[in-house]
Amino acid sequence: MNIDSIKNGIVIDHIKAKNGLEIFNALKLGELDCSVAIITNAKSKKMGRKDIIKIDKSIDLDLDILGYIDEDITINIIKDDIRVDKYHVEAPKEIVNIIKCKNPRCITSSEQELDQIFVLTDKENKKYRCKYCETLYNQN
Amino acid sequence: MRHLIDIKDLSIQEIDELIKVANDIIAHPDKYSEKCHNKKLATLFFEPSTRTRLSFEAAMMELGGNVIGFSSASSSSTAKGESVSDTIRTVGCYSDIIAMRHPKEGAPLVASIKSTVPIINAGDGGHNHPTQTLTDLLTIYREKQRLDNLTIGLCGDLKFGRTVHSLVTAMSQYKNIKFVLISPEELKIPEYLKEGVLEKNNIEYIQTDSIEDSIAKLDILYMTRVQRERFFNEEDYLRLKDYYILDKEKLKNAKDDLCIMHPLPRVNEISTEVDDDPRAAYFRQVRYGKYIRMALILKLLEIE
Repeated sequence: MNIDSIKNGIVIDHIKAKNGLEIFNALKLGELDCSVAIITNAKSKKMGRKDIIKIDKSIDLDLDILGYIDEDITINIIKDDIRVDKYHVEAPKEIVNIIKCKNPRCITSSEQELDQIFVLTDKENKKYRCKYCETLYNQN
Repeated sequence: MRHLIDIKDLSIQEIDELIKVANDIIAHPDKYSEKCHNKKLATLFFEPSTRTRLSFEAAMMELGGNVIGFSSASSSSTAKGESVSDTIRTVGCYSDIIAMRHPKEGAPLVASIKSTVPIINAGDGGHNHPTQTLTDLLTIYREKQRLDNLTIGLCGDLKFGRTVHSLVTAMSQYKNIKFVLISPEELKIPEYLKEGVLEKNNIEYIQTDSIEDSIAKLDILYMTRVQRERFFNEEDYLRLKDYYILDKEKLKNAKDDLCIMHPLPRVNEISTEVDDDPRAAYFRQVRYGKYIRMALILKLLEIE
């Protein structure tokens, strides 16, 4: 399958297979006024299968969101058909308003104007806890 | 400006310093009787409490200060829908220091972000209760003359019992501390404390559901109440509330210098027949609570 290469923009590569759509939604890429391609289940020597997102425009990416969802991804910056920069993200120490505390006893459950702040308390296992009540965030 | 939201806000040196000041207050109360002259403590209790609120108020009065506040959310502007931050900013205009209790976990942290005066967390839901921990530490020090080399049994509700959570965190900083965690399966200590505090600091601990099997090795036995207000389900509360009752019979194999503690109020988890046993320290513990709060108020107000 061919997807046209991009002249100026961003390629988010090495996304764990199936994570592409989550990143697309979290970064609100559907709201951009340019072409955005999500390639899912692409063959990868390193990963077996991977997802790739190509954005046909230079935009500011929220690296905290990317680092939270998938810290193994690679970001490639393309200018005039040439990759001019390549970098990796890491799990952010603190994330704000990306996930919500599910503890009904947490102050954020009754004062909803408060920022939802989570702190990385275990880097190795990528565990985040609510800054207010310290409840572990469980994606399930 | 410092706040006390979590016992982890204090270093071990600061805790030792507070204990030193509290001991000095006990020895020389007159020296401290005017230290807080013209200072006001606001006690904001969004959730009912007798002991903690009165302890704070007595502490401030014995320092020569004054007290304002409320003792339930229904008598505060929260009933009108005011946010914690707004209440705190308002009360900060009337007082020099605030002690607050709130049913929602993290509320004192929210308060401290916007406050213009020091905030003391006097309990936030099942989360933290750092001044109870300071009380417990002073009690252990007064009763055992040390805070290291101790085997501490924690018994009862270790899941929702915030006093237990803070005490485990604080005692884990001292040398050669061992914990015996005694609870029914449903009320075991949360994973985050096991992973984040006990295992992280290589603290030796065992989990059991029997007081009898473990009492002989304990230096401290910390009993807790199964709290009705922490349960969503009345049936679960009724099933678990009488799981442990400490009586003379169970104390038969205990050490002669065991120190029995309880954050109070007690319901029936310690039989009243134990009260006259010299090892029962829980009413002395109440008294120590006032002294350590006096030391804390002085520290946060930066009064020498």
